[in-house]
Amino acid sequence: MDFSDTPEEARFRSEARAWLESVAKPRDASSSFAIGQETGEFEAEFPAQRAWQQKKYDAGFGAIYFPTEFGGRGGSSLDNMTFMQEEARFDVPVTAHFMIVNRGCCSLLMRHGTPEQKKVIPASLRADSVWCQLFSEPGAGSDLAGLRTRAERDGDDWVINGQKIWTSNAQIADWGVLIARTDPTVPKHKGLTFFMLDMKSAGIECRPIKQLTGASNFNEVFLNDVRIPDTHRIGGVNEGWKVTVSFLAGERSNIAIKELMPLIGGIAELARRTTINGRPAIEDGEVRAKLASFYVREAGVRFTVQRMLTALSRGEEPGPEITIGKYTLANLVQEMTAFALDLQHAAGAVMAPDFAPFSAVFQDEWFGSVIDRLGGGTDEVLKNVVGDRILGLPADVRVDKNIPFNQTGAQG
Amino acid sequence: MDFDFTDDQKAIQGEARKLLAARCDRHQVRKLLDAKAPYDAGLWATFAENGYLGTAIAERHGGLGLGRVTQCVIAEELGRALAPLPVSSSLYLAAEALMLAGDDAIQAEVLPQLASGEKIGTLALAERMRPLHALDHLECRVVDGRLRGEKLPVPHAQIADFAVVVADHEGTGAGVFWVDLRQAGVECTALPTVDSGQPQARLLFSNVPARLLHADAAAIVPKLLDRAAVYLAFEQIGGATAALELSCDYARIRKAFGRPIGSFQGIKHKLADMYTKIELARSNAFYAAWALEADAPELPLAAAAARLAATDAYEFAAKETIQTHGGIGATWEADPHLFYRRARALQSLLDSGPAWRDRLVDALHSQFAA
Repeated sequence: MDFSDTPEEARFRSEARAWLESVAKPRDASSSFAIGQETGEFEAEFPAQRAWQQKKYDAGFGAIYFPTEFGGRGGSSLDNMTFMQEEARFDVPVTAHFMIVNRGCCSLLMRHGTPEQKKVIPASLRADSVWCQLFSEPGAGSDLAGLRTRAERDGDDWVINGQKIWTSNAQIADWGVLIARTDPTVPKHKGLTFFMLDMKSAGIECRPIKQLTGASNFNEVFLNDVRIPDTHRIGGVNEGWKVTVSFLAGERSNIAIKELMPLIGGIAELARRTTINGRPAIEDGEVRAKLASFYVREAGVRFTVQRMLTALSRGEEPGPEITIGKYTLANLVQEMTAFALDLQHAAGAVMAPDFAPFSAVFQDEWFGSVIDRLGGGTDEVLKNVVGDRILGLPADVRVDKNIPFNQTGAQG
Repeated sequence: MDFDFTDDQKAIQGEARKLLAARCDRHQVRKLLDAKAPYDAGLWATFAENGYLGTAIAERHGGLGLGRVTQCVIAEELGRALAPLPVSSSLYLAAEALMLAGDDAIQAEVLPQLASGEKIGTLALAERMRPLHALDHLECRVVDGRLRGEKLPVPHAQIADFAVVVADHEGTGAGVFWVDLRQAGVECTALPTVDSGQPQARLLFSNVPARLLHADAAAIVPKLLDRAAVYLAFEQIGGATAALELSCDYARIRKAFGRPIGSFQGIKHKLADMYTKIELARSNAFYAAWALEADAPELPLAAAAARLAATDAYEFAAKETIQTHGGIGATWEADPHLFYRRARALQSLLDSGPAWRDRLVDALHSQFAA
C-alpha cells in the first residue's frame, strides 16, 4: 500500500507539469471548474478543444496509454491518470466528451480491427478525425439489443437502413461505430453486426436534437440506403453484440474518471461567500454535512479508480467493478450542483453569466448532469450489471430473450 | 503508486479468515450473545498465540512489527466474523494511545503485555453524551495526582486490566493518564448494551493514583481517534461485506411470485446500492490505511472520510439485510440482527457522523488552502 509516486512516476509527473506550465495558465479555485458535461455551445467551443487535443498529442500527452505503433506514448493507464490530475490544475479546454468516444473506438479497433482498419487510429487519437457512436434508437435504449436498423448484404457492401438517436457529435464526425441487425430470424442478441461507418457516405442525414439545456450536442441520424464496404465490418457477421459489450464497458470506466475536486472546492468557496441565517454558510451544519458527503463519495470513486489502475498495472483484467463509479459520479454531480444553486438563494435561478455566481457554471452543470445519468447506461441498467455480474443475483425475466427477433412484435 | 495490499498481507488476511471461520462462526457468536458474555476468552488466547495481537506493535516491544496496514487487514476479518474480542479497546485505542502519549518506560512495560494478550487495555474517554473530541471541562479530574469522577461508557472496561484515561489535569486542561483498574477505589459496573459482543461499562474512580502520560490531551486525542477510526473502518467494511453476502445468498434462494427475489429490481438495486457503499468505503479505507502507515499529513481527512463512508455502508447494509430477509429477518433466530447490533455499536464507539463530518470539512479547508 503506497500512495506516493515511485521515482519513475514522479519523473513523469514533473515532465507533465513542466509541459503544462509552458503552454497553459493554472486554474484558480474561484474561476473555472466546469467539468464540461453536455453543456454550452459545442460547435463554437469545439475548434479550441480539438486544437488542445492536437497540442497534447504532438507533445506526447494526448494518447498516453496507447502503444507507440498506433501513435501513442506507450505509457500506462496510471500515467494517463497522473496526467489528468496535473491537467486538472490548468485552465484548458475540455476534451473528454469527444475523446472518450475516440479513444473507445481506437481501443476497439486495436482489439477487433483488421490491419487496414487500424490505420485510422493515429489520426483519431490526435482528434484529426472525430468519431460518433450509432447505437441507441428510438425504440432501443437500455434494451439496446432490440435495435431495428437493418444491414443487408449486397455484393461487397452492406446496405443500411434505419434511424439512430442520441448520437453526440454526429454532425462533425468523420467516423461512426454502428451496430445493425443482420439476421432478424434469430433471437435479438444473435443477429447483430458491428461496423465502422464513413460519416461522409451518401444517405446519412443528421438532425440536431435540442436538449433541455437548450444546446444541441445530440442528433438523430437517419440512414437511408447507406453503403458500407464489408471491409469496414468489425468482428464477425452476427457477432456484433460481443463487440458492443466490450465497447460499453470501456466507456463506463472512462466516465468514472473525472476530476471533481475543483467543483467541490468551488462549492466550498461559494459557501464562504454566501450566508445562512446571518452567518457564513460554511459554518452551517447542514452545509458542512453536505460538503463532507460530497468529498466521501468523490474520494471513494477516485480511489476505486486507483485500485483499478493498480490491478491493471499487475496485468489483471479490469472487471465490471468500476461500473459503480459511473452512476455514483453522475448522481453526485447532479446533487452537488443542485446544492450549489440552493446556496445562491434567489440568484440560483439566474442563468445570465454576468449576474450569476461563477458565470453560471453551476446552473449549466446542473442541467448537464441530467445527461450523464443516462448516457453510457442509465443508473438502472448499471445496477442490473452490478447485481447480475458482480453479486451473482438471478437475472430478471426476459420474455423476448430466446425468441427470434422477427417474432417478438418489436418490428414496426 | 501501489494501491493494494501486498501478497504477504493478503496471505495473513487469508489465515485470519480461516482461523475465525473455524473458531468464531455465527453459531459461536450467538452462543456468546445468548450467554451475554463480554468476550470469548478461548478465542482471545488462540488469537494471541497466533501473533495477531502484536501485528502493529514493534518487535522491541514484543510485537511482530508488521505494520498498521497489516493490522487493518486483520481488522477486516474480525469485523467479518463479528468476533467478540476486545481488539478495538486493547489495540486500536489503548496500545495506540500508549504509542502516542507514553514515554519509553511505560511503552516497554505495557506494550509487550498487550501484544501477548496477557493484559487487556482500554480507553476511558467518554463522559455520557459528551462528544469524544470535546475535551474542555471534563467531569473526571486528577487532583494532586489522584483521579476522581465517572467515565461512561468505557468499552471492555469489565475485562480490562488498565485504562488510558483522559481527565482534567490539576485544573490546567485535559491530560492523558494511565490507570490500573485492578485497584481499590475503582468501581466497575457492566452496562447492558446494544451489542454484548462490544461491551461497555461504567467506571467510578475515587481518588485513585493516576500516572500522567501526556499533559496536553488535545495534542493526542484527535490523532488517536483518527488512528482508531481507520482500523474500525476495516472492521465495519468486513461486517458490511458479510451482511451483503448473507443478503445475496438469501435473495438467490428465497422465492416470491414464482421467482427468486434477487431477480426483482427492488431487491437487486438495493443490494447494488449496498455493494456501492461498501466499495466506496473500502477505497476510502485503503487511502486511510496508507495515510496511517505513512503518518501522512492527509490522515485527518482520510480517516474522517473512511470513518464516515464505512459507518454509512455498515448501517445501510445491516438494516437492509433485515429488510431483504423480510419477517424472518426480525427474529432472534435469524442472523441479520447480529449485524444490526454490531453496526450500531461500532458507530457509537467512536463518535458518530456529525463530529467526523466537521473534522472532514476542516481538513478539506486546509487542503484547498494549500
